[in-house]
Amino acid sequence: MLELIVISTLNGVLFGMLLFLLSSGLTVIFSMMGVLNFAHASFYMLGAFFGYQLTRWIGFWPALILAPLLVGAVGMAVERYGLRQTHKHGHVAELLLTFGLAFAIEQVVQMIWGKLPMDYRVPELLDFPAFTIFSTNYPAYKMFMLLVSVVIFIALLVVLKRTRVGLIVQAALTHPSMVAHLGHNVGRVFMLVFGVGTALAAVAGVIAGPALVTQSDMAALLGPILFVVIVVGGLGSLPGAFFASLLIGLLQTFAVSMNGSLASVFGPLDPSTGASLLTDVWNVTIAQIAPILPYVLLVLVLIVRPMGLMGTRET
Amino acid sequence: MTELTSSAPSPTGSTPARNIGFYAAWGIFILAVVLLPLIFRSGGSHTTFSLIGIAAIFALSYNILLGQTGLLSFGHAVYYGLGGFLAVHGMNAIAAHGLPVPLPFVPLIGGFAGLMFGIVIGWVSTQRAGTVFAMISLGIGELVASSSLILRSFFGGEAGITTNRTDLPALFGWNFGPQIQVYYLIGFWLVISAIAMYALTRTPLGRMCNAVRDNPERVQFIGYDPHVIRYLSFCFAGFFAGIAGALAAINFEIANAAYLGAVQSGVVLFATFIGGVSYFFGPILGAIVVTMLQLELSDVTTVWQLYFGIIFIGIVMFAPGGLASLLMMHRPLVRAGTLSMILPAYLIAIVPTLLFACGVILTIEILAAYSQGNAASSTIRLFRIPFEAANPMTWLAAAVLTIGGFFVARMTWRGVTAAWDRAMTAARERGYHA
Amino acid sequence: MRKLMLAALALPVLALPVFGTPASAADTVKIGYIDPLSGGGASVGEGGLKTFQYLADQINAEGGILGQKVEIVPLDNKTNPQESLIQAQKAVDAGIHYITQGNGSAVAAALSDFVAKHNSRNPGKEMLYFNYAAVDPILTNEKCNYWHFRWDANSDIKMEALTNYMKGVPTIKKVYLINQDYSFGQSVRTEARKMLAAKRPDVQIVGDELHPLLKITDFAPYIAKIKASGADSVVTGNWGQDIALLLKAAADAGLKVNWYTYYAGGAGGPTAIKQTGLDHQVFQINEGIPNAGYKPSVEFEKTFRAKVHMSLWYPRAVNEMRMFKAAAEKAKSLDPVKVAAALEGLEFDVLDGGKGVMRKEDHQFLQPIYISSFGSLTDKEPFDEEGTGWGWKEVAKVDTAQATLPTTCKMKRP
Repeated sequence: MLELIVISTLNGVLFGMLLFLLSSGLTVIFSMMGVLNFAHASFYMLGAFFGYQLTRWIGFWPALILAPLLVGAVGMAVERYGLRQTHKHGHVAELLLTFGLAFAIEQVVQMIWGKLPMDYRVPELLDFPAFTIFSTNYPAYKMFMLLVSVVIFIALLVVLKRTRVGLIVQAALTHPSMVAHLGHNVGRVFMLVFGVGTALAAVAGVIAGPALVTQSDMAALLGPILFVVIVVGGLGSLPGAFFASLLIGLLQTFAVSMNGSLASVFGPLDPSTGASLLTDVWNVTIAQIAPILPYVLLVLVLIVRPMGLMGTRET
Repeated sequence: MTELTSSAPSPTGSTPARNIGFYAAWGIFILAVVLLPLIFRSGGSHTTFSLIGIAAIFALSYNILLGQTGLLSFGHAVYYGLGGFLAVHGMNAIAAHGLPVPLPFVPLIGGFAGLMFGIVIGWVSTQRAGTVFAMISLGIGELVASSSLILRSFFGGEAGITTNRTDLPALFGWNFGPQIQVYYLIGFWLVISAIAMYALTRTPLGRMCNAVRDNPERVQFIGYDPHVIRYLSFCFAGFFAGIAGALAAINFEIANAAYLGAVQSGVVLFATFIGGVSYFFGPILGAIVVTMLQLELSDVTTVWQLYFGIIFIGIVMFAPGGLASLLMMHRPLVRAGTLSMILPAYLIAIVPTLLFACGVILTIEILAAYSQGNAASSTIRLFRIPFEAANPMTWLAAAVLTIGGFFVARMTWRGVTAAWDRAMTAARERGYHA
Repeated sequence: MRKLMLAALALPVLALPVFGTPASAADTVKIGYIDPLSGGGASVGEGGLKTFQYLADQINAEGGILGQKVEIVPLDNKTNPQESLIQAQKAVDAGIHYITQGNGSAVAAALSDFVAKHNSRNPGKEMLYFNYAAVDPILTNEKCNYWHFRWDANSDIKMEALTNYMKGVPTIKKVYLINQDYSFGQSVRTEARKMLAAKRPDVQIVGDELHPLLKITDFAPYIAKIKASGADSVVTGNWGQDIALLLKAAADAGLKVNWYTYYAGGAGGPTAIKQTGLDHQVFQINEGIPNAGYKPSVEFEKTFRAKVHMSLWYPRAVNEMRMFKAAAEKAKSLDPVKVAAALEGLEFDVLDGGKGVMRKEDHQFLQPIYISSFGSLTDKEPFDEEGTGWGWKEVAKVDTAQATLPTTCKMKRP
């Protein structure tokens, strides 16, 4: 029992940190620009593929720096030539633009790299088990992912709270038009924010690529759960996103490790009743519903506390 | 999320001439629904028309939320899907018990299913508008779609539940086996639903929905509860989505998890927006375009997703009011009789524009042929003209068309802009405003 | 105004349907290939398409079927049942009488239903449905249908073959079941429980997991459970990313068990296994591998790889096309009704050696089944997979008689 709790906690934290890596960029974009960027996961995928390609050419470590810069540049171009034109037509238009973008990016990736998974490996430097708990290995690479997430969290916090750019971003969270009136080039700030947000997604892609599967459908796999994270955490709240990522990671991991169902608590139903909705509900295990728990959490949080767990502004 | 601008149709301008135009438009619509399948007689076109009809009802129902009440939903397919499932269960029950209910009444089952779930789910989710509503709808959409795989006895798991529409009692000798009979069933419901939904926009409730969309605070000041109005609008949207879902179930004779999923919710959002949310007929246009794209695009090109993406980006960026507002911006010109001033400019501009589009298509297809590794043997057919993907002349043609077409098109469109201004000024002088 | 201009630029793209589809001559027999050619399942669907096109070319080079050329018409269903029905309708409009499909049991169930209804409503315009990979047992049991023929062993038969093999492996003591939570995964799990209990009552089932289909990004918690259970073998019907991610997570955690899988050999599977370094610990059940050394199969694989640049995923597709030809020639007609009658009970020497038969009662093809493991190769096994240097090695061959189950099908014949 203790073994399962320790290991589930570890796995939950690891998964939560991956979620945070991805959602940190999204929460910055969403909270500042109000853009529901449905292509965010596509930028994550671009990061993974750029990372893969650059790793083959120049090695993993340079790729870890270069790929996010490239993707950030792509993101800035998207903001400059796409979103900025669409901004005046409202959020639905922006949202659909990113929808269309997600379609196009997936197809372009398929055209360049094909539809099969890439052979994207963990760098040799980190390809060893870091430690072993209860005879389960934890690869050094996962620890590296954890470290990167924490570093990014701290770095973002420092930038947002302690620098001038952060000040503007913070101000724009609550009083977007006031910031513009004060004479700041909101357009450039937005472009920068979008670039940084997509670059963060790309960092997640480069890092998660070898750990997960690098394939042209990897974006679709992570899509909506990112919105769950940032909305549950509270828009514009980086600590909120961090906390929500951890919460969702742990929630899913622990739910998976539990086999309980109504049948196991109250005993099986009389078999003569036959299959019905009741038997379905009765026999479903907590592990089976684990992946939908984040959505339950989302709906509940929004009903009870619409600004999210740690948000200050109503969404 | 409240920036959805929309011009509410003015209730005051009901001159006799307008009335004639109004009834003529509906008359043409009904006539088209009746006559089109008699003109295009292949089985394929009947299938296409049926799907367009279903998509049109669905998109119109979505526009009750998006266009009229300003609610952006990511989970509208929930009501469509549940309507479909209830309809299939209803059809199976009718067939099993030999009830005297003919098929044309089955969509009501779906409608009431949609309404019921709208009543249950709507109350909590419409408490707020904007992002909160959007995210709740996203969450509920995922929840229902995932549960459909868990609650197997009702949803039939991944395979879904099948039915046989010909097992129901025949009506006037129609057993609804042939596609054309199903089409007319769908067409009948399309006309009924469209009229009902249009009437809804003219009721005080419809007006209040617009008010809630534009300024919920003022609605509150004058003594209405925006939550209740959003809720009522949500229930109506659920009802008509349920009808559309039931019609889909009748058409395919199967209901499965794909009905409820995020893809279906996304498609209806696309169709409604592309068509244009500000005009009642916009979603119908959008339904036609999106259904045709879904059906045809994958037949003619392997990289249809890329075209899909480009088309949407193009429309969102350059025609954010949708196709409907693109058409309607010509209305003052037509009324003032100055449309002829701009047509020549259009005709001149269309040639390089088409050439530019051909260039883009050719470029994409060449790249696609290379990326699939069969460039050497691949022939691209554009307007029935074959191009060899591996031939440098083809590359040259693509480059010339794309680059040349772009610059020439840009020049000619400046002419269009000038002509437009002239025509518009003339129209204004005659007292017609945009 | 600028807006208007650019919208007009975008509009002509809507006129795409001007692309012409190549006209085909009247003396061809067309087979509609309804499988995903875009979206998530596209990598698999494209491989299948190339396979069928190769097979059609091969038949055409030998003079076609009854003098008619075979043409494969690709129809993209995006792995969506509704879309598949639309594509099937398109096939009907194009005068196609044979359709083939493999990916997704939901799609297969919808298509089987469609074909049955179509044939009963349109006598004289019958169409046949050749299923090459959808393995839900229900298609040849409760929902069996005269117009549906299946060349892949259904999942119950595969489990029968697998458990017949496991019966003779005494080192298997604790088995863990992990499957996708939908009809196929559930039938794998129920049959595994039932058959293991009957054939190896000493084997303990230490875990029985269902996880959502294609939604899991991190399998580490599942691996933790497997590890905690002390299992020595895992049986899984997972496919696509669900098998790849599962194996990766296992390798990361250092889990040492044997993996008995249905689909580890699918597109991308070998790459993932090579990455994990699980040498000869992953087993698959299928109808044959060229490394088993059967001469015609080796020859076929060589020419196939040289021409199509992929390995043959679907030996059953070869059986399907060759049997189609044989049945048409036996019936001396390409009329679907006569071909269907000729296919019933047709015996056939399968590509990988041995006798197979299209069972009359349920239209399930019965054939020998192979268990093979993936890993480093010796000189005797010339074929690797996906350029990894690793390949499949025969572990056991289960004869047709050992890979057969009774059917509950009560077929309605026309």
